[in-house]
Amino acid sequence: MVANQSPILEMRSARKAFGGVNALSGAELTLFPGEIHALLGENGAGKSTLLKALAGVHKLDSGSITLHGKPFQQGSTRLAREQGIAVIYQEPSLFPDLTLAENVFVGRQLQSGKTVNWKAMEDEANKLFQQLGVKLDSTSTARGLSIADQQIVEIAKALSTQATVIVMDEPTAALSSKEVDRLFQVARNLEAQNCAVVFVSHRLDEVFALCSRITVMRDGATVGSAPTSELNESKVIHLMVGREVSELYPKLEAKIGEVVLKVEGLGLAGQFTEISFEVRAGEIVGLAGLVGSGRSEVVRAIFGVDKFDAGSVTLNGKKLRPGNPSAQMLSGVALVPEDRRQQGLFMSSSINKNIAVTLLKKLSQLFIIRERSEAKLAAQWGERLSLKYETGYDPVDRLSGGNQQKVVLAKWLATEPKLLIVDEPTRGIDVGTKAEVHRLLSKKAQDGVAILIVSSELPEVMGMADRILVMREGRMVGQFDRSAATPEKIIAVATGASSL
Amino acid sequence: MKKKYTFGWDQGVSVFLVLTVVVGGFISEYFATIDNISFVIQDVAEIAIIALAMTYLIIAGEIDLSVASILSLTSATVGFLFRNGTSFEVAIVGGLLVGLLCGLLNGYLVTVIGLPSLAVTIGTLALFRGLCYALLGNEPVNELPENWIVLGYENIPGTFLPWSAIPLAILAAIAWIVLHYTRIGRWTFAIGINPEAAKFSGIPVARMKLGLFAMTGLMSGVAGVVYTLRFASASPDGAVGYELSVIAAVLFGGVAIAGGIGTLWGVLAAVLSLGAIRSVLQLIDFSANALLVVSGALLLISVVAPKAIEIYQSRRNSAFVTK
Repeated sequence: MVANQSPILEMRSARKAFGGVNALSGAELTLFPGEIHALLGENGAGKSTLLKALAGVHKLDSGSITLHGKPFQQGSTRLAREQGIAVIYQEPSLFPDLTLAENVFVGRQLQSGKTVNWKAMEDEANKLFQQLGVKLDSTSTARGLSIADQQIVEIAKALSTQATVIVMDEPTAALSSKEVDRLFQVARNLEAQNCAVVFVSHRLDEVFALCSRITVMRDGATVGSAPTSELNESKVIHLMVGREVSELYPKLEAKIGEVVLKVEGLGLAGQFTEISFEVRAGEIVGLAGLVGSGRSEVVRAIFGVDKFDAGSVTLNGKKLRPGNPSAQMLSGVALVPEDRRQQGLFMSSSINKNIAVTLLKKLSQLFIIRERSEAKLAAQWGERLSLKYETGYDPVDRLSGGNQQKVVLAKWLATEPKLLIVDEPTRGIDVGTKAEVHRLLSKKAQDGVAILIVSSELPEVMGMADRILVMREGRMVGQFDRSAATPEKIIAVATGASSL
Repeated sequence: MKKKYTFGWDQGVSVFLVLTVVVGGFISEYFATIDNISFVIQDVAEIAIIALAMTYLIIAGEIDLSVASILSLTSATVGFLFRNGTSFEVAIVGGLLVGLLCGLLNGYLVTVIGLPSLAVTIGTLALFRGLCYALLGNEPVNELPENWIVLGYENIPGTFLPWSAIPLAILAAIAWIVLHYTRIGRWTFAIGINPEAAKFSGIPVARMKLGLFAMTGLMSGVAGVVYTLRFASASPDGAVGYELSVIAAVLFGGVAIAGGIGTLWGVLAAVLSLGAIRSVLQLIDFSANALLVVSGALLLISVVAPKAIEIYQSRRNSAFVTK
């Protein structure tokens, strides 16, 4: 707003890599006092790494952060707080059995002499709540508080530490529209008190309603920053998507056959509702949408890890029972899950055992597992997927992320599924392996496997899929044919942008 | 591709067993006699039989503290049925059924209701023990058929092995093969290493756990029958505190309390070590409660030692890095 004022915070050419993957490569951020500043970008654009650098969780590899004209001491959450940066996460973690006053002053209770001065803390907390314009009682406990109220307590905590930069990471994701209005009011109060508020959100309508400046990130770098008045939704979306979607991924032509998977009116209370779609043999269907839109929940329900409570899932004309992954596996469904370390692999177990776990019955004779057949099977798949490893008896935690993902793929491809569901199949793996995974999926489709691919990376979905389904807030909100899909259209539907 | 050979905890326990026997032989000349070996095997048979099942349960990341109470309730059921006029054979079958049902109840509460096994089985520990008194009152049943109770004190003809060695050997062999060479065994380890990944791999996690609890109940029942024959009596206060010895043996045998790691051979070696140490202590007139002391000590060693090794290794590794 006040452009000739000197900035509170300046981040210049920030770089941060995790094991060879660049999370930040040239991120810039300038915050002025008395502004609400939106930070936008697709999933994986580097927003959270940037926030964590500000919160003191990560230390930049290179680049600078200046706060009030002085260099910012990085790499310690305590120091970050002391220097006046407060980060409010999407789901605050208050102590449920302490009072709100105690939560505000946790770790630095006000004291009179050697004892805690309860009265002063309660009064002070009430004053902060008043200042924020909300009605909360500092003597009640935090248990049962709505997420919206918990955020307010966190903000009060930030103010009590004299924070001048307040970062809110997707604060509205779990709020009702009334609560969003109140949060906006609080943010404006902070703005009026000359704080700099960083507002991360995927909802563009909110951003345009609230923020005075917008910074857009893509692939770890800042690609644009301007006052809101100079931007509109389509310009922002274009900045977010940026790159041309080309033939980055080799999509092979496949013959599309009979319907393999038919999902009708699928619902799970609190997660998703009225989900209907089909996937045919040889077809690759992409399921797009923001993180938290319910994509992963839908595929978990199809595979049976979660029970759905409405609708039906039909595979090759046979209805599947809800909540039974072992039965689903036997009828030909495979799910390569989102989180390979937690859901896909037994990290301390050998490569052989990890690959064979879905096929133990086949590998057994008279109930005894033939270890030699097991090793042979694993070696075959290792070769087919060009897995880089020493011996099959090594534990999978020695492998790189990309190779671990190959093990998960091998374990499921070995079951010869009719329907292959992959959730974020290339998250956190290098470009070369990524292309290999895509080629593999494409080939499987040629072999007549029905493939459902969930991904936060638009180029991946657009490069691979014959058809793209888009989810938002637990609902199916759009469907595009390969030829008709553009990143702009998908983002607009996924974020619920009003214009375009 | 070759399997790498590593010296594991279970080999360590085997060495420990041999050392115990050697030291025991030096301390008392009676230790290595045939009579004493027979006695030691008989002495640990119940613990060993339950430990076979407990090994699975702890590897799968669960635990059952009610095993000694199930043992006693089985024994009490056998006594109760026999006192009320059934044949001894029918009484035994009834006792085993009760053991199985106890295990199923534990498993149901853990897998279907979703309660933590530690809490559930502390509860059933008390519950099952209470039922023993409800069944028998304070009067033990001592008049058991002679043709059965000889099995409790005589050796297998022509050998120095007690009759209880037979169920123990058969069950141990089955448990060993199933744990290390079959799908059930693989699943047990998988569930202990990462229950979520197990679920995502199509392993019926809840059904497996229910089965393991049921099996532990049944094995406790078998141990209950062996116990009844050994003491020729069914009393409501039998085998108090045995759960500690069982868990001590399993953990000392190299099964990780957090699940996912362990071998059956290690556990068997640990059970025998437990028996050998106890025998040595008795022979030097240490105390009648030697077993409790030994169990407690082994339990602590098995929990502390891996942690100490881990700390030592990480220190050594970090020392390498800083050089």
